[in-house]
Amino acid sequence: MSQALTYAYYPGCSGLGTSREYDQSTRAVCDALGIGLADIPDWSCCGSSPAHTVDHVLSAALAARNLAKVEAMGRDTAVTPCPSCLTNLRTASHRMADNAFRERTNALLDTPCRNTVTAKSVLQILAEDVGLDALARKVVKPLAGLRVAAYYGCIMNRPPEVMRFDDHENPMAMDGILAALGADVRPFPLKVECCGASYGVARRDIVARLSGRLLAAAEDVGAEMVATACPLCQMNLDLRQGQINSAGGTSHHMPVLYFTQLMGLALGVPEERLGLDKVCVSPRGALRAAAERAAAETAKGSKA
Amino acid sequence: METIDMRKAYDPAFVAQVQAESGQNLSLCYQCGNCTAGCPYTFVYDIPVSQMMRLVQTGRREKALSARSLWLCASCESCTTRCPNEIDVARVMDVMRHMARREGYVSEPAVKTFWDCFLDSMRRHGRVFELGLVAAFVARTGRFWTDMDLGPRMLPKGKLSFLPHGIQGKDEVRKIFERFAARSGS
Repeated sequence: MSQALTYAYYPGCSGLGTSREYDQSTRAVCDALGIGLADIPDWSCCGSSPAHTVDHVLSAALAARNLAKVEAMGRDTAVTPCPSCLTNLRTASHRMADNAFRERTNALLDTPCRNTVTAKSVLQILAEDVGLDALARKVVKPLAGLRVAAYYGCIMNRPPEVMRFDDHENPMAMDGILAALGADVRPFPLKVECCGASYGVARRDIVARLSGRLLAAAEDVGAEMVATACPLCQMNLDLRQGQINSAGGTSHHMPVLYFTQLMGLALGVPEERLGLDKVCVSPRGALRAAAERAAAETAKGSKA
Repeated sequence: METIDMRKAYDPAFVAQVQAESGQNLSLCYQCGNCTAGCPYTFVYDIPVSQMMRLVQTGRREKALSARSLWLCASCESCTTRCPNEIDVARVMDVMRHMARREGYVSEPAVKTFWDCFLDSMRRHGRVFELGLVAAFVARTGRFWTDMDLGPRMLPKGKLSFLPHGIQGKDEVRKIFERFAARSGS
């Protein structure tokens, strides 16, 4: 792979805090694949959900400040790991295609946005611009034996006319990547169902119910780990797993990693660059079980 | 059973306003219920989303804007994605939430407070300061027990920043909010 793949990079606020390991592992994986990530200088928060619950022009302006910065970098693609950032950046672009809306948005900004930038997810560039064949060739430590459910969250692919990526009911990009890395990817029926989003603080009962359902479904399909692409999903499923268990009388013990952390493992990235110790439910047991399963398979194969 | 005099309950200005602000043709909704069938939040809604759509069609301003459902919609886009008539249902819900906020209908105050704290954090620092956000929420709601159990789980992970990540352009972000407030006359 050439260094020709370089993108403007938007880490998102949680990348500096609660999803630090997503940002770290994204950077490490891109580094290993020869993808350049150029941080958007002095980027600001996209507004996330709270801004669009107040007003759509306000929300677009908060996102567009960053799109204007990408234009100033002379780039046409911005990449972010976070689906919430992604949805705000893409919705802003989508609505600014209407000139009157763009003018109202620009009236709130110091530097107007020309609306020439396309925002994409890290998942999308890895699946589409790098591609599964190229990824498979880079694997040094296959995820063989790892039973994993790929969970996309609700807004990575929806609504399709805004997100324009993969299937909106049954997305397969992450499934494909994990399979290319050797994992045993389970068919997961709730891959686009909502986890409870940002209601964890104000209405924890909502997250307990919706995320609890996701963990139960992952267990039902035989997964020993959930791979996610969203900081909020990861936090709800992992950090709040104890709350989920208390509320539902369950005993889930399901590690929830970012798909980029699993990619890093398969690509031979040193573990300290992947932040595996940052997640609450340790993935060690599941990784060990997978390695033992893979070794048993190999032994069986060599005997036969 | 509630009896409604449709001659008096219908507020045509409300219907027109929701249509204009959402850019959606609400008369296309034929009440198939597909949005409600896929909505993960029906279990906490007081009024399911398909009935919210019906309330708009029938001009029931007061009833629609005071619904708790408006504050519990996560904009997960399931309804919008699955509407057979391509109505952006989540946008209609969002627009009614804007109106509810402007007109002082807040049926889930803790949710609104959380979002307000988020936006305040962003206005002050240019980026969201997560720990500060939760602290502000606790201070404003008095719900001191909020996520106290998570502290011991998070601290050893070294993920929580104890100081905001202010940016150079935070004045630009503040000005976005100020211009918005000036424009909306609040």
